[in-house]
Formats: sequence, structure tokens, C-alpha cells
Amino acid sequence: MVQYAWLVPLLPLVAYVFLLFLGRKAPEGIVAGVSVVLTAISFVISLFVFQAVGSHPNGNDTYVFHWLTVGSRNFDVGFQVTHLNALMLVIVTLVSALVLLFSKGYMHRDERFPVFYQYLNLFVFSMLALVLSPNLLQLYIFWEMVGLCSYLLVGFWYFKPEAALAAKKSFIVTRIGDTGMFAGIILLFLASGSFDYSTIFSAATAGTLSFHGMSSGTVATVAALLIFMGAVGKSAQFPLHIWLPDAMEGPTPVSALIHAATMVAAGVYLVARAYPLFVSAPAALHTVAWIGGITALLASLIALTQRDIKRVIAYSTVSQLGYMMMALGVGAYAYGVFHLMTHAFFKALLFLAAGSVIHALDTQDLFEMGGLRRKMPLTTYTFLAGALALAGIVPFAGFWSKDDILGATLASGHPVLYAFGLLAAFCTAFYIFRVFFLAFTGQPRDEAKYEHAHEGGWVMAVPLVILAAFATLAGFFNTPLNHHGLERYLFADYAAPHSAAGTDVVATIGQTYPENIGLMAVSVAVGLFGILVAALFYWRPGKGAERAARMFSLPYQVSFHKFFVDEAYEWFFVGGGKRLAALVRWFDVYVLDGLVQLLGRLGSVGGRLLRFSQTGQIQTYSAWATVGLLVFVAIAVFRIGGVFG
Amino acid sequence: MAPANFPIPTGSLLALGVLLFCIGLYGALTKRNLIIVLVSIELMLNAANINLVTFSRLGVAPSLSGQVFSLFTITVAAAEIAVGLALLIAVFRLRRTSEVQDLNVHKW
Repeated sequence: MVQYAWLVPLLPLVAYVFLLFLGRKAPEGIVAGVSVVLTAISFVISLFVFQAVGSHPNGNDTYVFHWLTVGSRNFDVGFQVTHLNALMLVIVTLVSALVLLFSKGYMHRDERFPVFYQYLNLFVFSMLALVLSPNLLQLYIFWEMVGLCSYLLVGFWYFKPEAALAAKKSFIVTRIGDTGMFAGIILLFLASGSFDYSTIFSAATAGTLSFHGMSSGTVATVAALLIFMGAVGKSAQFPLHIWLPDAMEGPTPVSALIHAATMVAAGVYLVARAYPLFVSAPAALHTVAWIGGITALLASLIALTQRDIKRVIAYSTVSQLGYMMMALGVGAYAYGVFHLMTHAFFKALLFLAAGSVIHALDTQDLFEMGGLRRKMPLTTYTFLAGALALAGIVPFAGFWSKDDILGATLASGHPVLYAFGLLAAFCTAFYIFRVFFLAFTGQPRDEAKYEHAHEGGWVMAVPLVILAAFATLAGFFNTPLNHHGLERYLFADYAAPHSAAGTDVVATIGQTYPENIGLMAVSVAVGLFGILVAALFYWRPGKGAERAARMFSLPYQVSFHKFFVDEAYEWFFVGGGKRLAALVRWFDVYVLDGLVQLLGRLGSVGGRLLRFSQTGQIQTYSAWATVGLLVFVAIAVFRIGGVFG
Repeated sequence: MAPANFPIPTGSLLALGVLLFCIGLYGALTKRNLIIVLVSIELMLNAANINLVTFSRLGVAPSLSGQVFSLFTITVAAAEIAVGLALLIAVFRLRRTSEVQDLNVHKW
């Protein structure tokens, strides 16, 4: 079965090409139907692959074909099915199929409906191909392709200036990370002679990376940090997190699929995929942990005060991705991937539910919502399931994964990061229930919009229900109840005897953290406390929230303005760029251009002066000609020695 | 009267040429009347002719070709001066002047 894994990305590609030929006027039913069915078949194949890989302990099945030869180097393309990849295939195809179905309702009567599906199918193909890549070069190609699809889809409503700007921003900001990542890939290639994961990992763990006399550990650290830059950009981690909230200008299904469940998780996937490299570079791993922890806390603090429902969830995504990075950074490999999985489900759910609300109300402002519980019960309860999962309330999916991460962070000796995570968990519970109470309970704040509200039909309901089921139950893939099934599944990638990874890696990945009932209780209590505070402020319509905002005016403003990160970048990079440009312009205008101008002036002024020698008197000219002749003759006679040489 | 076989020295002949040329040049550059300028140019031509005749008797194989050549030059010069005079008359008809200084259309 594993050898057919290439079918998984192929089917969305087929759908894409088919839709291309179908054109822009194709009927919505056929467009959506083909996409959903093909992706659903991909999902089924993924399940079989997932199953098939699980049966053998070392599932590193690699199928490569010779692509090209440059000098003495051979480059391969192909696909590789590891346990991690198989899991990613299942997650991506499942969420994609559901989002494609949901879009049928959400994008109904959009005049570029078929184009939207083309882009989505292209994205699904690229994402799946990214996951299956057996080497870094191929990964990089698809990495950029998902970035391109993200750009196209964020800017799908390009006639809105904000959407066009957001698309540009998301592309440029991720490119910053990608540049570092590309440098990292090239460095690894130069140091190990190959793009293949297995070659690079064995060189890194054996300490045989060499580049211009740098020690293997240094090379590994630099390369890992550079590659992590790419992950920081793609997964919207702290210094480069600014693009993701703006990317919410895209249609909501795009936010659910690309900016919550799959593409932004690619950064986490990349770190997980390159885990042996990161383990051989402890400094890089530390950086990952700290960036993750800071991002988790910072983004959750920002999410507390945002007014736009999608932006709250977007910051929540940033924050949860931070958790995943933190988990990977402290060595809890399986928990990071586990959280990636549960997060994909409950965050896609939250986005789709938010999409359902936006579709019904035609607004994204939380303070124009309210009381939707009565009009949209299904959306309400599915959103509630997602919110509980996000808040980490037992037994929803997010509880298991987040609690694992927090426990592992403390157990691995990072109390500060644990505190970050716990504080972020409180904020998470607060902001998501703030959204819940504002949107679904209480009285409608905008009667006209409320009257218009309705559920979106079965195409929107089915994905919500399925995702709600996963958001509720997905946590049970990895609990003490099933002896940590997912952990064991993922560990099989590194199990003896065929593993290329060294003993350090195996030890790190194989490390298990015993369940700590006390910590679990603390997490749940923190989550419940967050919900309680949110309920106090927002459940009943009142002025509590505004009073609180006024009371904590300074922190409120700081959070509302997203810690002024955008402004700081604006001032430092954009402003700095402008100042530098002004300086360069000054130099150009007054120094370089001045020189050129001087030469030009010299010509024109000189010409104006020399003009007066043009007397029109033929005899004057002849006189000058005679003088000239005499001078030449004189030179010939006195310097050369004769007129004839 | 000098004996027939006593040749005039080459230097004297060349000096005569130079003298004639300089007079012609001086006239061509300074005289205001176009006719005088033309005459001066003829003087310079004649200086050249004297040189041709003078040098014709020198060389490895002295011959008359220099003198013949100067005959050609005189002929061509005659034709040329006819053209010059025609131009002069045309200019005079047009501008009512034969002063060189007045013909300064190409002044700045």
C-alpha cells in the first residue's frame, strides 16, 4: 500500500488540472463535487497508508527516481513515507476534504468560484507533496508552492485593497524566513553532499558535517537555526508572526485550511521532520523552545482584546503553533506532533464555525454579534466543542495534547517556559470564551444582521459536525488509555535497527513523560478559571468588559495594538528603509547626479562661450587653419624631425 | 645676359615660390574685396606651379612632366576662376556687395 502513497497528492493535482480545463464558467456543483470526491479518495488512501506503515517498525519507505545530474552530483525526486508523513497525510487530506465541502456553501455565488477551487486543489497537492518529499530540495519547491497558494488565496478578493496588501505581506514576511531556510538547505548540502534527509541526519548525528573548517556541531547548529528561520516564517512564530492575522483577509475556508490546519503547521512539521538535525544542535533546539514559548504567550495576550472574530482565532493559531514549537524544543517530539494533529482539527473547526457566523451575519466584528445561539444552534455547539478543545478542558482533544506539552516542558526542566505555557493557557481559555460569549450568548447587538442570520445548509454543517467529533475525540489517540498509541507510532520512525538517527536522537524522541495527575488538574483548573473570567465579563450583556478595559487601560492598549510589533517594524524596517533611501537619494541627486550635471553644464557653458569664435568670417577661419598648419609643421620639424617622417 | 647653360639655382626658384605663396596667402586672408581675394588665390596657385616646374628638373630622371603638369594646373585654374567669378557675380546680385566681411551668414 505504501508504494501507492504518491496517489495521495496526485488526486488533488488531477482535480486541479481538471478544473483548469473546465474553465471559469464551470457549474459550482461539478467543481466542488470533483474536488471533494478526489480529496476524499486521497483521504481513504492516506488511511490505508497510515495503516500499512504502522505494521512495520521501520516505515522509512523511500521511492526515488533520478532527476538530474549536475557535475558529479545526482539529484533525486520521489516520495518517502515515514510515520510522521503518514500521519500528516491523514490530517491534511481529512481537513482539506472537509474544507472543500464547506467552501461549496461559503463561496456560493462568488463569481470566481471555480478559480477558488483551482487554487485550493493546487494547495492541497502542494501540501501533500511537501509532506511526502524525501529530500530538502523537493521540500523547498513545494514549500514555496504552498506559499504561492497562500498568497493567491489570501488575495483572492484582490479588489479589496486590504486583501491585496495582506497577500503581499504574507508572501514577503514568509519569504524572509524562506531565505534563511534556503541558505540552511544549501549549507547542509555543501556540508553533507546531499539533500536527502537520511544522509544529512546520519552525517549530523555522526558528526561528519564539514564546511570550511567549521566543526560538525557548529554546522549543524547554524543549519538548524537557518532552517528554523523558514519554520518561523511559515508557522508565524514570534518575530515573523505579523503576517498571519493579516492573512485573515482571505476567505474563511482558506483561513481554516491553510492558516490554521495545514500550511502554517508545515513549519512545525519541518522541525519535526528535521528533528535528528535539531537534536544534534542543542542550541538550536533551545532557540526553538524559547521562540515557541514566547510566541505562545505573546499571541495569546494579543488575542485577549481583538475585536475581529477571525483575528482572535488567528492569534490563537499563532499561540498554539508556539506550543508545538515549544514542545519540539524541549524534546517532546511526539507531543508537538500530537498537538499539531489535535490543533488541526479543533482550529479548522473554530475557523469554519466562525466562517459560518460570518457567512450568516456578513460581519467579523464581535461587537456586532450576540445571541446567535438561538438562530444557529449547530454552529454554536460545534464552536463550543472547538473552544473547549482549545481551552484544554478534559476530555476534549486539546486537553490531552496541551497537557502533555505542559507536563513535558516542566519535566524536562524548563520551569519558565512552563509558566509561559500555563499563562498562555489561561489567556487561551479566556479569549476563546470571550468570543463564544460575545457571539453566541446574550442579546443581539445588531438587530438587522441578527434577523438575517441562518445556518449555512448541509455542506457547511457536515464539516462542522465531523470536525467537532474529531475535536472532541482526537485526543484519545494518545492517552494512557491506549498506551500512548500515537507516541509509539511516531517513535517507530526512529526505532532500531534501520534508523539512521544516532542514539541521542533515539533517546530524545523515545523519552516518555509519565502522566502527572497534579499537573493535569492545574491545567484544567487554569482553563476553567479562564472560562470563568470570560463568563464574568462577557456572558451577560453589560459594561463589565469596558470597565475592565478602562481599568487596565495601558495593558489593554498594548494588547489591542498587538504589542506594537507592526508599528515597531514599520518604524525600524520600513522607516529605516525610507531614511536610508532618502540618504541614498540625497547622495544620488547631489553627488552622483551633481557630477553628471557638472559635466553636462561644462559642455553647454563651454559651447556657449566657444560659440563666439564662430564669426562667419571665412578669412578668420582660414587664418586659424593656417596657424594650425604652421603648428603642425613646427611639431613635425622640431619634434619628429621632418615633414615626411 | 647669363649663359644659356647656367641654370638659376633651385633655392632662388623655391624662394620665389615661397614669396609668391606668402603674398597670395596674405592677400587671401586680409583683402576685403572678393576679386582681390580670388586674385590672391591665383597667386598661391602660381606659387605651386613654380614649385612644380622647379622640381621637374630634379630627381633621378629629370623630365618635362612637371612643366606639363603645371600647364594642366593653369588650365584647371582658369576654369576654376571662371566658376569663382560666376559665384562672385551671383553673390553680388543677391547681396549687392562684393566685400568678404559682409558675407557672414554663418555667424553665431
